[in-house]
Amino acid sequence: MGIAESILLTIATAATPLLIAAIGELVVERAGVLNLGVEGMMVMGAVCGFAGATVTGSPWLGVLAGIAAGAAFSLLFAFLTLSIAANQVATGLSLTLLGLGLSGMIGESFVGTAGNKLSSLAIPGLSDIPLVGRLMFGQDPIFYLSILLTIGVMWFLFRTRTGLTLRSIGDNHGSAHALGIPVIFYRYLAVMFGGACAGLAGAHLSLVYTPQWVENMTAGRGWIALALVVFASWRPLRVLAGAYLFGAVTIGQLHAQALGLGIPSQLLSSLPYLATVVVLVIISRNRRLTMMNTPASLGRAFVPDR
Amino acid sequence: MMRVELVRRPQHSTLFSVLSPFIALVLTVIAGALMFSLLGKNPFEALYYYFVEPLTGLWDENNRWQLHELAIKAAPLILIGVGLAVCYQSNNWNIGAEGQFILGAIFGSMLPVVFPQFQGPLVLPAMLLLGVLGGALYAWIPALLKTRFNTNEILTSLMLVYVAQLLLDWMVRGPWRNPEGNNFPETRRFHMDAVLPEILPSAGRANLGFVFALVAAVLVWVLISKTLKGFEVRVLGASPRAGRFAGFSAARMVFFAFGLSGALAGLAGISEVSGAMGQLRPVISPGYGFTAIIVAFLGRLNPLGIVAAGLVLGLTYLGGEAAQISIGVSDKVARVFQGMLLFFVLGCDTLIHYRIRISGFRRAAPAEAEPVAGRA
Repeated sequence: MGIAESILLTIATAATPLLIAAIGELVVERAGVLNLGVEGMMVMGAVCGFAGATVTGSPWLGVLAGIAAGAAFSLLFAFLTLSIAANQVATGLSLTLLGLGLSGMIGESFVGTAGNKLSSLAIPGLSDIPLVGRLMFGQDPIFYLSILLTIGVMWFLFRTRTGLTLRSIGDNHGSAHALGIPVIFYRYLAVMFGGACAGLAGAHLSLVYTPQWVENMTAGRGWIALALVVFASWRPLRVLAGAYLFGAVTIGQLHAQALGLGIPSQLLSSLPYLATVVVLVIISRNRRLTMMNTPASLGRAFVPDR
Repeated sequence: MMRVELVRRPQHSTLFSVLSPFIALVLTVIAGALMFSLLGKNPFEALYYYFVEPLTGLWDENNRWQLHELAIKAAPLILIGVGLAVCYQSNNWNIGAEGQFILGAIFGSMLPVVFPQFQGPLVLPAMLLLGVLGGALYAWIPALLKTRFNTNEILTSLMLVYVAQLLLDWMVRGPWRNPEGNNFPETRRFHMDAVLPEILPSAGRANLGFVFALVAAVLVWVLISKTLKGFEVRVLGASPRAGRFAGFSAARMVFFAFGLSGALAGLAGISEVSGAMGQLRPVISPGYGFTAIIVAFLGRLNPLGIVAAGLVLGLTYLGGEAAQISIGVSDKVARVFQGMLLFFVLGCDTLIHYRIRISGFRRAAPAEAEPVAGRA
């Protein structure tokens, strides 16, 4: 395996959790809900995924545990913001703070434990294709899932009636309600989908990317995922592109650190965060374009009067 | 099916705006008791160590030092929380106070670390000013990006926290590392003139940082409730459109709110390192900048409420340490407490604007009026 190939492989591994979490949040935001708790749900997915895999001995059950944890955790947010109309920004923040605390407590006994890695799944035949074979068909199972998820969400949002309904809720919850669409119900499902995705992304971190549990191991990836959704102007394919761009920055700076170019490692480590800021500035500079793409009801509480 | 409905109150309830933080505290304590039972601990014993033991200094002369420790923990929380209140009231979502705290600490430490030969009574005021400046400048980055490029300040201010943490890490391992420190990642210790004096050295370690916090709280309270600027903060926060008609500049408010909260976070940062620590280390904050968000909301964005809230959250830090030592609960529990508290606070705040109506097993009547879409 050539060095270029191995670099590309690791880029995909670094991009996958960002992609999954961002795709989940994209659906949530398309439904008009801003959940800033991605980081918290992700870290809960990471710890529960790791714990599930360690306790049962099966990384697959770990993945399921991560997904379930993310979805269950998102219900807290859903109840507060959807059922009792709490402020979405503040509630999302509290989900992140609670998730970071809770995961630290749950994971305390797992610190330093050897992980249970989810092994790669080479697709017979296809993975032997020269050049692209290993890259596209010799990856971890969650990688395939992330690609399927992206395509699935694209199809759902723009090719199905339910997807259209969901988008209409995000653009004008008042009108959707007047048409008899159960706004809150849809939003509950969307938030749970986002939670499940964030949980899966976290499980990928603790079962594939670095198979171990470290406190705060998400290291801001949930926030970067949130930024990706804005960067992608709420389009799934652009989320994919953005996630791989960030995967490339992450892996690129790691390799630069290994080479020891005399650049402080801290400066290199801060590149993904700085890149997020730069990218956000570039994309939001065009005020009209941002206004056009943002779901119009994003972040607003909805209380049906009857 | 049982339905829970929210009915908007014609006017917000004064009763519940006073009661809701207390209801939230009670709910948090109940949830905490449940959590301790699940962990297999005696909940009453655990809660005692959490919320009573650190306060025994109130009546016991020998434990007076614990009150001082509480003041040390509460001071940064109050300072930052008060600034955040101005931000949040004006609808500017600064969540990067942790980074502004760190930059304040770095700026202020410049004098004792880089120019240790510069001594005298002027050092400390200069350090504090530099700290204020560092925090404010760092907070102005997201403010500038928001006003110039329309960039979401939540994400940029948060990203800058990670950058600040890495910058501090580099400083104390690299250029600012103590030359006589056996390669430990820390700066030289501050000289005597650069150390923030303690309030009552005979009784405990609490330093002037707590006094700064109280003064800041009172000043910001006056600013918000008694001045035109404060009125501007509230109008622009409640309705940017109304603010525009009144001739208030939203852009200038962004700089004002971010600058003020950054300055206070920076002051908290330099007070923490020159008071409690006496040098810079790779990590100087147990998440004060984030916990202060909880403080701001628990204090209902009112500076005087925030003083009380800062003491409560300071107590969770102390209680965490006490409970770890005495009954062996992880100190991580403190952060769980803090997170739960914010959840309950936000949930209870609903009661201020809505009545909750629980109706039995009947279908709701069809909607006849425009739905009320409350703003977040």
